[in-house]
Amino acid sequence: MVLKVEGLICRRMPGQPPVLAGIDLALGAGEILCLLGPNGSGKTTLLQCLIGALSFERGCVRIEGETEASSRRLALQLAYVPQAAGDSALALLDVVLMGRTPHMPPLALPSREDERLAYEALARVGIERLAEHPFNRVSGGERQLALIARALAQRTRLLVMDEPTASLDLGNQARVLRTIRELAADGMSVLVTTHQPEHAFLLGARVAAMTGGRIAAAGAAREVLCARTLSDLYATPVDVVEHAGIPSACVPRL
Amino acid sequence: MRTDGIGTADAARAGGKGRGGRRRGGVEWLLPALFAVAVVSMGFGHYPLSPAAVLDVLWSALVGAPSAQPPAVENVVLAVRLPRVLAAMLVGASLAAAGAAYQTLFRNPLASPAILGVSAGAGFGAALAMLLYGSALAVQGAAFAGGLCAVGAAMFVAGRLGNGSALVLVLAGLVVSALFQALTSALKYVADPTDTLPAIVFWLLGSLGRVGMSDLAWAAPFALLGLSVLFLLRWPTQVLEAGDDEARTLGIPVGALRIVLIVAATLMTAAAVSISGIVGWVGLLVPHLARLLVGPAYGTLLPASALLGAGYLLLVDGLCRSAFAAELPLGIVTAVLGAPVFVVILAKARRQWS
Repeated sequence: MVLKVEGLICRRMPGQPPVLAGIDLALGAGEILCLLGPNGSGKTTLLQCLIGALSFERGCVRIEGETEASSRRLALQLAYVPQAAGDSALALLDVVLMGRTPHMPPLALPSREDERLAYEALARVGIERLAEHPFNRVSGGERQLALIARALAQRTRLLVMDEPTASLDLGNQARVLRTIRELAADGMSVLVTTHQPEHAFLLGARVAAMTGGRIAAAGAAREVLCARTLSDLYATPVDVVEHAGIPSACVPRL
Repeated sequence: MRTDGIGTADAARAGGKGRGGRRRGGVEWLLPALFAVAVVSMGFGHYPLSPAAVLDVLWSALVGAPSAQPPAVENVVLAVRLPRVLAAMLVGASLAAAGAAYQTLFRNPLASPAILGVSAGAGFGAALAMLLYGSALAVQGAAFAGGLCAVGAAMFVAGRLGNGSALVLVLAGLVVSALFQALTSALKYVADPTDTLPAIVFWLLGSLGRVGMSDLAWAAPFALLGLSVLFLLRWPTQVLEAGDDEARTLGIPVGALRIVLIVAATLMTAAAVSISGIVGWVGLLVPHLARLLVGPAYGTLLPASALLGAGYLLLVDGLCRSAFAAELPLGIVTAVLGAPVFVVILAKARRQWS
């Protein structure tokens, strides 16, 4: 298992009910796991525990068998792709070069080899021609791809993505999803949060449906994401319809 | 949010520089330029000298040979202007580099070295020492200690309030600054209006007029130590621009790095202010000037800011001592020049920020 989470309990404030009330997850090599759930169900808190931004009360997070890794060690095992906000004026290549940091000796600047690998990562997501463009002057989809490239430059086996398709148009959503599927086909393990159940179907992923800090259902997308589960999860009527052999979730009426 | 497709992005947009034209140029030429400005500005003053005469005196002093210049010229260059020019460069470089570090660290283009209270604390320390009729050395020491105390207090308050966020730290700095400014006002209120009060006011306006070699010898080690630390840590500092959580997942120990950067920037700013008095605007303005010249990447921005800051303060100090019959306080001139220059920079940089 590349990632194994056992009995994770986390409180934002001492004395208050836990935001995560016992989470178990497992992710193998080349697998995609979609984390679904309504706002406030604990998806973001779980990601923050995984990336070491938040400490948890009980339970354990094992990445490639290791727990309690230092931040540098963790950076060699797990790469995090945040939502593409930010208004940095740095060139895309400089943004992607940051991904080489855990591989660089302390106090060193990126070497020619680091620059080559960063360029390669940009090419991998198909935007190498934008290497010299400022991050805040490219489109939202390009920014998201650049952040994926930064994570690829880290050369980890595990990718954790926080709603990578949020605020992207349909075309860019498809491009980002296609990139995720290709990476998994190359053996990368991907944990991705999303508010769109059809993305789990498109990716052919396993899903974990979270609600109230617990995992309500887990398994293959086609088995877990039925109309009943989705309606319960989001507390609104949801239908699952099939088109061209792929199911999709939709809200039938308001 | 822009929604044009990934495939339709115009490669020529945003200047589309090729690989050969990377913005990595531009720091090396600043060094000889700074030297030239230093030599020329040593000619400024009530006793104008040509650059050739200045160079002759400096070279002779360096190799230990007698120079062709009259002893009065030698005295003006070596005893009066050399320490002053070195101090201007040291103070300018320290303030500008600390400003560049803070703007990146706090991800705020309006951050200046004074943001955590170092200037307010130094002002209070200096005023207190003057009120107690301390020596010039005591005033310097008290300014330095006051600056460190103020930043220490801001960090303590921020630590107590909690979550280690940069915003809480900035707010704590604001509170501590206000407190020390009020205390300084109280000292001014009780100071003897015939001698102590003018001395305090003049110190707070900033000046390099009384800087000697001994002052430099005391301040330079701190300033150079701080500069070296900032320079060595320029890559991790640049990664901070990705955001705290993101930098952590890239292997940067964010909390420790922030403390080291603040301590380094505080040491150098306190040392600078202790010999020059309060000199505003340099730390805010010069990094923006540098950004226009070499681009936003901190790795080049930091050395460019230090060199430009040194040159900027040299020119401003030259103006202070030669524009009028009486010498102008440095802090007034940096502010009067700084405000309009900042507006021009804002107008030029608007495209980058919007």
